Amino acid sequence: MSSPAPAALEARYTWGGDEFLFVEVSESMSLAANFRVMSIAEKLSELELTGIVDICPANASLLVRFDPDVLPPSTLEETVRTIEADLAHHQQQALETRIIEVPVWYDDPFTAEVAERFREGFHQEPGGSDIDYAAKVNNLKDAAEFIKRHHEQPWLVSMVGFVAGLPFLFQLVEREKQLEVPKYLSPRTDTPALTVGHGGCFGCIYSVRGAGGYQMFGIAAAPIFDPAQALADFKDFMVFFRPGDIVKFKPVTEAEYNSIQAEIAAGTFRYRQSPVTFDLSKALANPEGYNKELMEALNGI
Amino acid sequence: MAFDITSPGLATTVQDQGRTGHYNVGIPQSGSLDQYSAELGNALVGNTAKEAVLECTYLGPALTADQDVVIAVTGAPVEVRVNGEPRPQWSRLQLKAGDELSFGVIRGGTRYYIAVQGGIDVPEVLGSRSTYSLGAIGGFHGRKLEAGDRISVGSPLNDGAVPDADTVPEEFRPAFAKEQTVRIVLGLYDHRLTDEGLDNLLNGEWKVTPVADRMGLRYSGPGVKWKEREQPFGAGSDPSNIVDAGYAVGSIQIPGGTQPIILHRDAVSGGGYAMVGTVISADMDLVARAAPGTSTRFVAVSMDEALAARRELAERKNNAKAALGLRS
Repeated sequence: MSSPAPAALEARYTWGGDEFLFVEVSESMSLAANFRVMSIAEKLSELELTGIVDICPANASLLVRFDPDVLPPSTLEETVRTIEADLAHHQQQALETRIIEVPVWYDDPFTAEVAERFREGFHQEPGGSDIDYAAKVNNLKDAAEFIKRHHEQPWLVSMVGFVAGLPFLFQLVEREKQLEVPKYLSPRTDTPALTVGHGGCFGCIYSVRGAGGYQMFGIAAAPIFDPAQALADFKDFMVFFRPGDIVKFKPVTEAEYNSIQAEIAAGTFRYRQSPVTFDLSKALANPEGYNKELMEALNGI
Repeated sequence: MAFDITSPGLATTVQDQGRTGHYNVGIPQSGSLDQYSAELGNALVGNTAKEAVLECTYLGPALTADQDVVIAVTGAPVEVRVNGEPRPQWSRLQLKAGDELSFGVIRGGTRYYIAVQGGIDVPEVLGSRSTYSLGAIGGFHGRKLEAGDRISVGSPLNDGAVPDADTVPEEFRPAFAKEQTVRIVLGLYDHRLTDEGLDNLLNGEWKVTPVADRMGLRYSGPGVKWKEREQPFGAGSDPSNIVDAGYAVGSIQIPGGTQPIILHRDAVSGGGYAMVGTVISADMDLVARAAPGTSTRFVAVSMDEALAARRELAERKNNAKAALGLRS
């Protein structure tokens, strides 16, 4: 069961105790692996198998929680293997999803204050800022160049989790253009809620205040987790993001940030968003050209 | 009916059987860490297994009842006091209006439970009354109790019928020992450990450190070794890193290879540390009872053995309830 996969596309199946099946589609991160994970999760979910408790698609793997009193482990494994084999011949190419504009105040005072408290012993370059460091390790001219690279191309929500509603984001560009930064040397005990972070190749938006190890670049202007469900975007559920969502960051100034805060207080804030069909083969063939097409869906909203 | 909290204790929260079905968006199951103790507390007062209880950590609360009410305290051994007078644990107790319930010093384990007839009455959030502190949802306003809080108690079902017996027999009370054997199913990323690393995990002696809470328990011991490799894209530089993945509840991760962490009911739902095995469902309550310093050995079992242990635990629970005069 838990033998490492050979080379190609075959997933590795293994157990997390008697209640979890773990399926590692790929050891490394890629858009294709994430798409396969989402496809398996979707097909499994459609079967509405009795005894399935949770289907958790992650970046390049899938975690399924089940009740072994109702659903024998071997039945679950066979079912997922069948789905995986079918997909190998008919990999879904299109994902019905949405593109969302997320306003961000880059280089903001909230994350700067926290970053200031966690330098010596926590950070690779205690003397500088997280953005300066990120620009340097990505061989970019300066912080402004890094910020531009961070928001000019969209990201895919490749996983939701860690804490309530936190999206992991994978940038929709060729691998050699992916922004990569190491995590903090040691995790912070504090991170402002809505911090826009980055660790390894993944971006994230921290949904709640708490511990965190990602480099901090800015603060998202509007909530992504709203237990009170006060805003219209949360009417259906307290968590905003779903795997497969596409995120386009939009830099905002302090004044724009404050006006968004006023809209939130008045209960009138809505995310700009539009339904889109995401086509894997187009995204892989010409990422930036296709991103332009995707981002057009946001125009005129 | 309500309890007035005069002193909150260290970390007293409302918990029930937990909140499943939302792990895919990072909302953990939460719920009583020691489900067995909480369930028998509920059984003693005539509740079903579903009613919410108060989970008390190390230092318990002091609270006053505003009406006559039936309660029971189960879980870790502690002196139970009503108006300062000792009362038996694992037994049904009658509180009169104005009576104060308080506790002495815990004598082992970590958490004990106050079950009350009718259950703690807080709104259900996503199908559960359990407190998830990090997300500030469930329980009493999503947080641990504070002095001055007034906690509502629900109306008893079955007109307040309670079981024939008023005490859980000794044989059905869990042990709170300073030594534990915890059964695990190897897997997830165990193939990333060296033979020596795996040998240390299974044959070494591990001790629960003070870094232990509802999210997880950290252990100190001989450490393990990870196989060297060129890290896959997106995984991070340390050999204990993986491309961020979902975490099985009960799984054991060993960041850097030094201190294993068992993830428990409030743990984060995913992250980038490789897990090397998972505590079987039947032993999760056992782990929850481990106080800092508890000496622990991890024993690998097969899936079939894990399922057998699961059946044995269910049977033990049924037998305990039968001994109280209840049918499962």
